[in-house]
Amino acid sequence: MHLTNTFASRLRRAVRGVSSCHLPVAVSGTSVAVALTGVFWWSQQVAPVALAGQQRPRTTSSFNSGEARPAEDPAAVARGKTLYGVHCQACHGTDLRGGDMGGPNLLRSQVALTDQHGEKIIPIIQGARQAQGMPNIGLNDEDAGAVAAYIRSVIGLIGSQGTPPGELKPLDVVVGDPERGRAYFASHCASCHSVSGDLKGFASKYPEPRAMQARWILGARSVNADGTRNATVDITTGPGQVVSGTLVNVDDFLVTLRMSDGTERSYSRDGASPKVVVHDPLEKHREMLPTYTDDDIHNVTAYLVTLK
Amino acid sequence: MKIKHTLPLICTLLLSGSLFAQGGGVAPEELLKPLGSSWPTYNGDYTGKRYSSLTAVNRQTVKNLGLAWSAQLAPGDESSAGNRRRSASSASRFIVGGEGAGDMNIHSGSIKGSALMVDGTLYVTMPDNAWAIDARDGRTLWHYFWKTRGGTHIGNRGFGMWNGYLYMETPDDYLVSLDAKTGKERWHKMIANVEEGYFSTPAPIVIGNHVLVGVGNDIDSPGFLQSYDAETGELQWKFYTVPMKKDDPGVDTWASLDAARHGGAQTWITGAYDPETHLYIFGTGNPTPAYTTGSRGDLDNLFTCSLIAVNVDTGKMAWYFQTSPHDMHDYDSAQTPVLFDGMFKGRMRKMVATAARNGYYFTLDRVTGEHLVTSKYGETTNWAKGLTPAGGPRRDPAKDATVAGSLVSPTSGGTVNWEPPAFSPRYGLLYTYEIDGFSMVYLTDPDPRGSMGLGGKQEISVGTYASYLTAIDYKTGQARWRRPFINGNMGGGGLLATAGGLLFTGDGAGNLVGYDQADGKPLWHTRIGGVTNAPQTYELDGHQYVICATGNTLWSFILH
Repeated sequence: MHLTNTFASRLRRAVRGVSSCHLPVAVSGTSVAVALTGVFWWSQQVAPVALAGQQRPRTTSSFNSGEARPAEDPAAVARGKTLYGVHCQACHGTDLRGGDMGGPNLLRSQVALTDQHGEKIIPIIQGARQAQGMPNIGLNDEDAGAVAAYIRSVIGLIGSQGTPPGELKPLDVVVGDPERGRAYFASHCASCHSVSGDLKGFASKYPEPRAMQARWILGARSVNADGTRNATVDITTGPGQVVSGTLVNVDDFLVTLRMSDGTERSYSRDGASPKVVVHDPLEKHREMLPTYTDDDIHNVTAYLVTLK
Repeated sequence: MKIKHTLPLICTLLLSGSLFAQGGGVAPEELLKPLGSSWPTYNGDYTGKRYSSLTAVNRQTVKNLGLAWSAQLAPGDESSAGNRRRSASSASRFIVGGEGAGDMNIHSGSIKGSALMVDGTLYVTMPDNAWAIDARDGRTLWHYFWKTRGGTHIGNRGFGMWNGYLYMETPDDYLVSLDAKTGKERWHKMIANVEEGYFSTPAPIVIGNHVLVGVGNDIDSPGFLQSYDAETGELQWKFYTVPMKKDDPGVDTWASLDAARHGGAQTWITGAYDPETHLYIFGTGNPTPAYTTGSRGDLDNLFTCSLIAVNVDTGKMAWYFQTSPHDMHDYDSAQTPVLFDGMFKGRMRKMVATAARNGYYFTLDRVTGEHLVTSKYGETTNWAKGLTPAGGPRRDPAKDATVAGSLVSPTSGGTVNWEPPAFSPRYGLLYTYEIDGFSMVYLTDPDPRGSMGLGGKQEISVGTYASYLTAIDYKTGQARWRRPFINGNMGGGGLLATAGGLLFTGDGAGNLVGYDQADGKPLWHTRIGGVTNAPQTYELDGHQYVICATGNTLWSFILH
């Protein structure tokens, strides 16, 4: 059952989760894998710590790796699910996130989140909150306890940072006008790119439209497979002397390049000396970022998905 | 320059003697002084300026700044079986506390907060771990380890100190008080319930006998600030940052009381304090659910994404200013506010400034909360159109997460995140990072009830237009200068300004850099790796030290 995740798998989920606020994550049921380029400043800020410890079942929700609780009894969870469907679902929803009749979301209820073995949930099912509008459901201790076990089991499925459990329906993000997208491409992209050249079969390479949309906005990868940057650099080392190569790294104090013979060389920088000119094919993509409307983006995507 | 990893035997033999010689405390009155030779509270002093009066290291002398020592810290349980003892000093004390079962032994961590420096001793934290370190040579005096019950281990911002006692928060929501000399635990108190999704990262701030603690949470729980008695650890007051009762102020800005009670506004960054008015001023986090408006309605959702002033004696709110009305992008306004006095439109004013995660800068009157300046300091910020009558940015609903995707700047990580800014009274400039990044933000859960927590959306970063070290004029909110970071990097961990005219920070490219406050020109650098906290400075034995951290390593520099 879902409550017997290993610590390692919990950790993997936590790693994904901690990043989800800042970095792309896959949506359940779809496969979005956008290779990120460059070094993202926030990786340092949110990099999860590595956990080392015993491999043992963890039984609480993954949204905030809390301490282990006793595993739920599968029979009680199954019975509780049935009873929930009969007595609770109309108000609290099939997914426990609240229903049309006004029952609150149980998955973010402080009572439900902290219930250990029914001690908080059972009295409420049995009428402790009638003044607040929660009727007495009239279940005995065992049945109310089974419902509590079911609620806790669903809480155990909450994703990191409070993401609700369950699969999401894939949504169609291709809503633009391909003809307008073609026109935009012709006037803004065609000076560097060609649908019969470098972009031939582009949509086949990126069958998931969100990944494709991100890819064309980003442009090519900014780091090559060998770790060099997708850029070249010219360094004027003396009058009439220019050293050129693939850019390895540059900051305010040092520039490093890889030359055609595969060797690397660094030069100290002191303000404008030596003169360093970086040729970055992605510069234009960055410059365009503030210029797009959402319609531009959706139209271009609608056009590019036709490039099978 | 050399790294002193080993110590003369004589020092080890004298360890117990040095423990008596060091580890003195700080009286609460001392915390009222401007930042100088020691560093006794998270921001150095109560103003949040991170502006040191020390001048030995200055624009002329900084070229002679070089390594004094470095120290690598080894988090984790040194006593448990199978763990080799990895402490820098074999003679150091190791103390274990905590409520956990000991089955989550965390062996890595990063210094992402501020050290305290009091009486020749540095006090440094990582999640679940704390150390006392000799400020002269980096030697560990004691290491405290907390056995955790869990919680998000994202960072720890450091200690608060009251006389000889230290206070830290843990990821599983305890306030722990230690004896500064020995590292021995005095008491610990549960400040929130980890099972409700709370996790705690802030550095407590001590004001009088109050120890103020904040919390974080991502799953639809109310934010609050609490004050504990420094001596006994008894709760003095608890201030909720969202309405919790039907007549509470702000309740009419939510679709329902239930929505307000799950509305977020967490309190995860230490604020600033004005002793004249007894007001503690701090920022609050995003509303929850963060990306969907279903349950919370279309109104402002007070007091999320706000600057709030609370009277420290009573725990009652004096004023608020909302920096992101009805946030839809996870733009927590949990940035460090900066307090300063200065001329504004022809008269002296007592002000507070904040450069928010949402790309907007604000100057307010800190006594009344009166709005003075709003500016868009993030060049590419595009989620708002114009201002509200109160002076906050007016959200553009078209830039909320949409099914087809919305191009938003800044990213949810923000124009700046938790990294503390600095302020130079000499130039009237607030220094901050400015990351002009873009994301496509998709609504993945169109359920009309809204999602939960940070769910219901997908964010894909699509590039950084530019990133800068930016100097903002408090009178206009306009950038006086911008120093580009190479490759769209973001500095590292925050800023330090000094009366020597310098501005220290990591440059995101592996250097600690000393910039000129006047124009952002780099005057000095050293290549020590990615800096993970805001540099700090103190004076000891007539030397001005500049320190910072790269991950688990502390670096200390003096003039040679």
